Amino acid sequence: MAVETQGSRDLSGLDALELAGAARGRSRLAAVFAALWPKVIALAIAVVVWQIVVWSGWKPDYLLPGPVAVGRAMGDIVTTGEFASAVATTMRRAVTGFALAAVIGFVLGIAVARVRVLRAALGSMITALQTMPSIAWFPLAILLYQLTEGAILFVVVLGAAPAIANGVIAGVDYVPPVLVRVGRNIGARGIGLYRYVVAPASLPSIVAGLKQGWAFAWRSLMAGELLVVIANRPALGELLDVYREQSDSLHLIAMMIVVLVVGLVIDALFGRLDAAIRRRWGMTGD
Amino acid sequence: MSAQAAQVAGRAAEEGRPAVTVDAASKVHGRGTGAVVALDRISLRVEPGEFVCVVGASGCGKSTLLSMVAGLDAPTSGTIDVPGGTPALMFQESALFPWLTVAGNVELALKLHGLGRAERRAKARELLAAVHLADFARRRPHQLSGGMRQRVALARTLALRTPVLLMDEPFGALDAMTRDLLHDELERLWQERGPAVLFVTHNVREAARLADRIVLLSSRPGRVVWETRVDTPRPRRIDSPETAGIAAEVTTRLREEVRRHGG
Repeated sequence: MAVETQGSRDLSGLDALELAGAARGRSRLAAVFAALWPKVIALAIAVVVWQIVVWSGWKPDYLLPGPVAVGRAMGDIVTTGEFASAVATTMRRAVTGFALAAVIGFVLGIAVARVRVLRAALGSMITALQTMPSIAWFPLAILLYQLTEGAILFVVVLGAAPAIANGVIAGVDYVPPVLVRVGRNIGARGIGLYRYVVAPASLPSIVAGLKQGWAFAWRSLMAGELLVVIANRPALGELLDVYREQSDSLHLIAMMIVVLVVGLVIDALFGRLDAAIRRRWGMTGD
Repeated sequence: MSAQAAQVAGRAAEEGRPAVTVDAASKVHGRGTGAVVALDRISLRVEPGEFVCVVGASGCGKSTLLSMVAGLDAPTSGTIDVPGGTPALMFQESALFPWLTVAGNVELALKLHGLGRAERRAKARELLAAVHLADFARRRPHQLSGGMRQRVALARTLALRTPVLLMDEPFGALDAMTRDLLHDELERLWQERGPAVLFVTHNVREAARLADRIVLLSSRPGRVVWETRVDTPRPRRIDSPETAGIAAEVTTRLREEVRRHGG
């Protein structure tokens, strides 16, 4: 096409120099390997240290079992029906609590970011709420809701919502003013300005807030399931306590690893979302 | 002048008014004893299709003037009249939206002015071709050089098809070579499309290269102290003797002005 040829030809001056060498590629497999091997080695070292501690005879085997035995126990656990229903219960609580926290955090964040009086009144309180260990809410939650799902949900939401709200507030606050000016100049007004400029510009910060909110939600949920045990409804946190009562270290450690892995997997999903947005927004610096 | 250019220029002209009229506009930041007068009873007219460069030392309120003409900021006193509606504004930073592609940035401006999808696509393609970036439509802003980003910003500005373009040191952050090429492109696009341009710069040569008329602002408070017409035939060159001569004259005036205010 004539236009395109001309376009390339007219790309002279220092523009052409700056763009030279911009293209570089690396195979996907190599990238995955490069990202993975340090983690694999770190994990291997942790397992070896664990095994050495076990071999040292610091604690008897029935209190501190080795990695091989725990691995085998984990294989036993994850195939049981109880485990499946525990995972289902815990994940349902996690998703419900996190979703509710996201809605509340979002509304609260936007309100505080936009309304000056609310910012003065609530801005520092939201941060203060975040420093409150969520487990400290449980005694009150149990008095208010007894040993019910409500008590757990209450604390999960209180744990996660402030982090999400803070992400939204930071996002809206740090939208570059020049983008808002351009947005207004090209005709975005009112809701349109939010939809086309403020929302996308604050998305990286919002996702960071959601990621942090998830970490808080997961911690609160585990604390809640240890304290609020509902009959005939096994959950991951509750099983930890059950194994502790039975002095069953083997299954306790296996279950702890399950809890760790679930938290990590979801955290990694948010991490990928975050990275994808940063790459798209050109915030990675490459 | 092309048919489209005549139409754009005509929109303001048929009302028989200048494209921009700034009448005794002042801008005071703050109040009481801490108040700072940024602009002091400034009066300025830009005729339809005219290219006016505003030159002044830093702190003369050039950017404040453009913000007020763009309707992003209100004058403390005086009036500003832009009969053709809100002018398009271009900044020193390209201020492209990083989450959109190059084409997406141009298309958003068209979308906000109510164009349908197919029309937006075609129009954005045409505008990007006009700034020689047809091959880069699918790229993201961070993948482009500074000069290319400013061309995209120029395409987005032109997409608004306003009878007035406001430019706030748009090439200030670019290297001399890239800036020189962008001067050529801006001159060509201005001649093809015919908008009035109010262009703020502290670069005297740039003003001599581009302007029909150069307006000199004093510093603190900003006030129009001197102006001159530039009748050098176009297309011009930044290194021509005519441009150098006019730049020298403006520089002399600017120096007097800076000296009077103690730098």
